[in-house]
Amino acid sequence: MNLVTNNKWIGQRTIRPDGMDKVTGRAQFAADTTMPGMIWGKVLRSPHPHARIRGIDTSKAEKLAGVKAVVTSRDIVDFTIEKGAVMLGIQDMRWMCRNVMARDKALFPGHPVAAVAATTEAIAAEACKLIEVDYEVLPWSIEIEDAILPDAPILHEFNRWEGKPSNIMSRIEHKKGDLTEGFASADIVIERTFTTRPVHQGYIEPHACLISVAPDGKTTIWSSSQGQFMVRAMTSMLTGIPQSDIRAIPAEIGGGFGGKTIVYLEPLATMLAKKSGRPVKMVMTREEVMRATGPTSGSRSTVKIGVKKDGTITAAHGTFYLQAGAFPGSPIRGAAGCSFTPYDIPNLLSEGFDVCSNRSKVAAYRAPGAPIGAYAVECVMDEVAGALKMDPLDFRLKNAAKQGTKAAHGPTFPRIGYIETVEAAKSSPHYAAPLGEADKTSGKVRGRGVASGFWFNAGGESSAQVNITEDGNVVVTTGHPDIGGSRAGIANICAELLGIDYRRVSVIIGDTQTIGFSNLTGGSRVLFASSMVVTQSAEKVIQTLRERAAKIWNIDPEAVKWEQGAAHPVSPNAGQFEPLTLKELAEKAPAMGGPIGAGVQLNTQGADGGFGTHICDVEIDTELGIARVIRYTAVQDVGRAIHPGYVEGQLQGGVAQGIGWALNEEYIYTREGKVDNPGFLDYRMPVCSDLPMLDCIMVEVPNPKHPQGVKGVGEVPLVPVMAAVANAIHNALGLRFYSLPMSPPKVSAALDAGVRQAAE
Amino acid sequence: MAKIHVTTTINGEPMEYLCEPDDTMLDALRGPLGLTGSKEGCASGDCGACSITVDDRLVCSCLMLAAEAEGHELRTIEGMADGERLHPLQQKFLEQAALQCGICTSGMLVASDALLRKNPDPSEEEVRFWLAGNLCRCTGYDKIVRAVLDAAAEMREATREAAQ
Repeated sequence: MNLVTNNKWIGQRTIRPDGMDKVTGRAQFAADTTMPGMIWGKVLRSPHPHARIRGIDTSKAEKLAGVKAVVTSRDIVDFTIEKGAVMLGIQDMRWMCRNVMARDKALFPGHPVAAVAATTEAIAAEACKLIEVDYEVLPWSIEIEDAILPDAPILHEFNRWEGKPSNIMSRIEHKKGDLTEGFASADIVIERTFTTRPVHQGYIEPHACLISVAPDGKTTIWSSSQGQFMVRAMTSMLTGIPQSDIRAIPAEIGGGFGGKTIVYLEPLATMLAKKSGRPVKMVMTREEVMRATGPTSGSRSTVKIGVKKDGTITAAHGTFYLQAGAFPGSPIRGAAGCSFTPYDIPNLLSEGFDVCSNRSKVAAYRAPGAPIGAYAVECVMDEVAGALKMDPLDFRLKNAAKQGTKAAHGPTFPRIGYIETVEAAKSSPHYAAPLGEADKTSGKVRGRGVASGFWFNAGGESSAQVNITEDGNVVVTTGHPDIGGSRAGIANICAELLGIDYRRVSVIIGDTQTIGFSNLTGGSRVLFASSMVVTQSAEKVIQTLRERAAKIWNIDPEAVKWEQGAAHPVSPNAGQFEPLTLKELAEKAPAMGGPIGAGVQLNTQGADGGFGTHICDVEIDTELGIARVIRYTAVQDVGRAIHPGYVEGQLQGGVAQGIGWALNEEYIYTREGKVDNPGFLDYRMPVCSDLPMLDCIMVEVPNPKHPQGVKGVGEVPLVPVMAAVANAIHNALGLRFYSLPMSPPKVSAALDAGVRQAAE
Repeated sequence: MAKIHVTTTINGEPMEYLCEPDDTMLDALRGPLGLTGSKEGCASGDCGACSITVDDRLVCSCLMLAAEAEGHELRTIEGMADGERLHPLQQKFLEQAALQCGICTSGMLVASDALLRKNPDPSEEEVRFWLAGNLCRCTGYDKIVRAVLDAAAEMREATREAAQ
């Protein structure tokens, strides 16, 4: 549904620039790179959830034939706790230095304690076993309810909460109006508590890097990440090598979803390479990915909503406790800041608590925190709509945020598209269609649910260079790893602006030493930010081209326009000249002032938040407790779909992850505090036969602060999903689940309990 | 441990390599053979990113020993296109945005090709169950399934035209 019709390339489903490499197996991901003389690095990880490290003896490992280097925390720059926070983006380097390599304490099973480089992977693994670590095993806690107990084992002794040592690291709140008054004026008040389990981003490509350090310290990194500049900065800070000496080359990235916004291996491989004088390759196993990277928080949320009989929300209160894992930094900002944002609520308190516990440090996961909060809020919204006997979409429309609404997290909204998403959902073929009856003899029942969601979206630093080649084609370089097709969007925009076929535009991702600083691929920011700098660069190029044509024609540059890939006189009055094409002007460039190209670097502003509304139909096998999503529609305000295929792809991908989170995915821990399902067989992500087609409705309310109207689209689609599924299951069974995942054992148990209750 | 010498055929070409007894086929492909199009996502046969065919049978190369390739015919993603001419599946994946990050794409294409060789006219359900061993975390499978169904239809049409 592309509403923009006067464009040739914007809104077209063009072939992505990196597509050919990816369908032929030629694309180079991080683990595909090798170097002459390369050796292999492996990490020794703590088997304990919580232990003091009294000493590490690496001497036996160092003596093993084939071992070239061993590193421990002594080789990683220490950011001492007392000196205070050293922030890089949202990451505090005090925690990062301790996360990549445990210092005084190991805080989760899988926490690195040493790393070895050897001539083969097998020798490196053998050497790890020869390292002797003297652990003092400590009591531990993983679940929030255990970690916040007064006598809980404390991970970080320096931390105080209400004057006492605690695992509660911080709290944020967003407040509006008077909560007591708001609830007092309500006719119906519903309060519920929800829990969610930690879930992993589930990228199929494990973390990997190859790093070479020359004797003069010049360092080259090939790695898979969501930001080569983040890799450079973190590696620099953790190794002491200046940024100017580190060239971080972004490999193709095999999925990230937020999980590749921090480093794990790069500082270790750099120090191993520096010590050994050999290029070092490190590739995590799937088990290491599951034990020691990501996931997002498990949570405990309480949401209370009060309404008048006519459906007006008078007050809401949300309390969101999120697991940070071993180090502070759970996404409480997303949970507290996004969950109520689709609604205009006069009296509101939204609080987030950051809780440390003995599991791996959380990493960002698609709209970090927002899906957790939205699950709780949107389920209560559904229950309130039920109590009011109102259609759940009408209930949302009645309270919808719109232009002028002041959001609890600060901004007063400009023109936003939330209402449009609800209206589009209401008038969708899906919402109009009857649910259809399941085969009754099979014991199957069906239900439908809806939910909405919001994500902030982001702008930030981006750099681009647009160069015209000598033969009159175009090379665009940006600084953001492309995970989901952003290069295709950039090609469309650049072709549109220059008036040429998109196949004449080559789009590449520069490394840290060849393109200006560009912030992470994250926050749904990449196409928003990079198309701003690409647009400004292309406009500069067009200005140069007009000036060149004016010079050739000996007229004023203002009398030259750029259209359909060529310079034309603006009118017959300006002169009668044959158009000068990009190719002709490129050929004349040497004689007319030199190469044609322009670069722009900006801290981009004006990213508007994104809203989505989803409809989900489920069918539940009441014998087996299996819930299947049988129809799904995601409606989202996408600003403007530059490449509709990849915008739909973001929506569909987010929905699939949400269905996994809702129905199956969870970290399961052993009694010893270890992850018990660290592989794809037992950590059950949706497979192809689990899902139906995933329908998308792209509502386009262009962002007025962006040259093409772009809004971020990548993260919103995960936000409403778990609630939409939960609400559909409630609709089918009349049972409401207050914890995720709604997996077959849980659904079966609830159904059995329901049956027992009926029988009693 | 002495290395094992293996003689096999990969993508129609005779190949030889040396491997350790415990090397997987995926290790051999990505290592000495330099065929890095097959990916390792799990090394346990759960993700399908390393899918290849052995004598037309679809297998996870991470679950096969490198030494087992002796005397067999292997096909990998690198052998799918006919020179510059893409296989219809590859073309449809491109046209229909059936890939995002691309890490699962090699395995998806090899598995889809194996399906269409067995069953040129699969239903949506048959495609979904056949590809259930190939994980994709980016796309939600929607565009992949559509691309496979469209490629199958196009290939059937081409076969009909060729027969006439």
